[in-house]
Amino acid sequence: MSTSSPSNRVPFIAAAAAALVGLAIVFAFFVAPEDADQGISQRIFYFHVPIALTAYACFGWGALKALLLLWKKEERYDLESYVAIHQGTIFGAMTLLTGSIWAKASWGHWWVWDSKQLVLFLVLFLFYSAYFMLRFSIEEGPRRANISAVYALFGVVLIPVSFLAIRLAEDFIHPTTFTRDGPQMTGTMFLTFCIAWVAITTLAYALYRVELVGKRLDENLRELREALTA
Amino acid sequence: MISATALEKRYGRKRALRPLDLTVARGELVVVTGANGSGKTTLLRLLAGLAAPSRGTLAVEAERGRLGYLAHEPLVYRDLTGTENLDLYGRLYRVPERRERVGMLLERYGLWEARNQRSGSYSRGMLQRLALCRALLHDPDLLVLDEPFTALDADGAALLDRQLAELLGERTVVLSTHDPARVEALATQRLVLA
Amino acid sequence: MSYLSDVLTLARKDLRLELRARDTLPAMLLFVVSILVVFHFALPAGADDDAARGLLWIALVFTALLGLARAWAPERESNALEGLVLAPIDRSAIWLGKAVAVFVFLAAVEVVALLAFAAFFAPVDGATILGVLLADIGICAVGTLLAAMAAASRTRELILPLLFLPLAIPLVVGGVGASIAPDPGGYLGFLALYDALFSILCWASFEYVVTE
Repeated sequence: MSTSSPSNRVPFIAAAAAALVGLAIVFAFFVAPEDADQGISQRIFYFHVPIALTAYACFGWGALKALLLLWKKEERYDLESYVAIHQGTIFGAMTLLTGSIWAKASWGHWWVWDSKQLVLFLVLFLFYSAYFMLRFSIEEGPRRANISAVYALFGVVLIPVSFLAIRLAEDFIHPTTFTRDGPQMTGTMFLTFCIAWVAITTLAYALYRVELVGKRLDENLRELREALTA
Repeated sequence: MISATALEKRYGRKRALRPLDLTVARGELVVVTGANGSGKTTLLRLLAGLAAPSRGTLAVEAERGRLGYLAHEPLVYRDLTGTENLDLYGRLYRVPERRERVGMLLERYGLWEARNQRSGSYSRGMLQRLALCRALLHDPDLLVLDEPFTALDADGAALLDRQLAELLGERTVVLSTHDPARVEALATQRLVLA
Repeated sequence: MSYLSDVLTLARKDLRLELRARDTLPAMLLFVVSILVVFHFALPAGADDDAARGLLWIALVFTALLGLARAWAPERESNALEGLVLAPIDRSAIWLGKAVAVFVFLAAVEVVALLAFAAFFAPVDGATILGVLLADIGICAVGTLLAAMAAASRTRELILPLLFLPLAIPLVVGGVGASIAPDPGGYLGFLALYDALFSILCWASFEYVVTE
């Protein structure tokens, strides 16, 4: 039952996240210098990369919880793994969205196969979408928890393997036509990037905790209802 | 042989088995009865190790190789013959003198004539007898039978009666049934699930 | 070693079942040839050999999916999987036995597929064959486990392709690369890496897919 102090910290975490995101937006749009080549579209970059990194972190966290579930067999890890992957998928979708906007602004196309990151996220998005279809087509219980956990572990192994595959694909199957130099970051730019990264990570963590609290409350409510009507 | 305290099983929100305590000594024959949905199958699956308890403790002094389980379904391959099915399980359970034992069981349970026919062609009663052979194949210390009499015809039921009488005191049996009167004479413990 | 004998016992059982039922293998054969014929009509006239080789891999992946969808069908019939899970064997042996059987079926179908491909489109070289074999290992290892997951799901046939395709992408890259690149070594090595990583993962995690 999560009526203990950890859930009391959630509002504080949420407030911190909101503040940091606000700060990041200010820095990204007003403080950081405008990029000579790409102009305003480059500012999306400050969010796009942290969002991508955070998505990876969420998937990794979800896989860690999955491993703990299989090892310790404690029910709570199932929900934690699910919520982490849920957040990861949302941030993955945001990565695709921001990446697409950036691609349109930089090269005039809504999608480019040349960005390894973007292609990787597309594959991962497909993979983790299937996670939800799988999970919700199995009845609640230990079987569903176990299968979801194993699938989450597959995801985490798929990430580096897919990245390698995409790189190999570029060698012969789809040679890059656009060369893209990573933005050279000056001091202020780097600071902005770091602020954005911390902000997005905190945001993800806040969302993770909020969703967990919400789902646990749901469970407690159900148990109460059962106990009262039994 | 078996000891359980506050044993409970939930599937998400659904309560499949209410908390129960149980102690079974070696050689006992426990008869489990209860209405549909009271958790008989769940309890037997827990004892067989096919499910893990949600709450409470359960200790069963029989590892997988020493446990025989009869489910609602026969757990055999339709396209394999009776002999082939038992031979497969015999190998997996490392049954010594496998061929002789398979032959002996098939004969005892009236499946000798049909032994080389696809088990998919067996009647329901024959399938249940084949499943029983499968459960008994490795001479398990603990037999967990889920409604064994349900699908059996009169001959099969008589065979099972005789088998249970033989096992009494030597092996431990836990079975569920809708017809407790049948095994009333042999039962050493009766468990009624609510 | 009893582990290996369990694996062989189970693989033999699957081969015997298929030889009796004779439903999956002929279907896969017909499917792969049909799909190659469809590709002929789908490829415009100027398409080069490399494009055709890319399509070969699509044919192989989807033919494999067809076979994988039926992989656990015998176990589902009378819930026989539970019988295997109850047995005093390593649960991963259940996975390995099944994967070996699927590999045999797939390889048999691919012999025909490659011959048909060579006849319809372009010659098949040693690197392609090796690529197919290596990719098969990955397909069978991962596909067998995913098929077991799908068997536990309500939407069985629907969900297996969704689970399988993202994981098949690296195999397609490796396979196509091996078929068309002048130096296939890197791609073949990558396929071997995929096989090693995912086989270990499957071996370690199958237990949890079939138990509570």
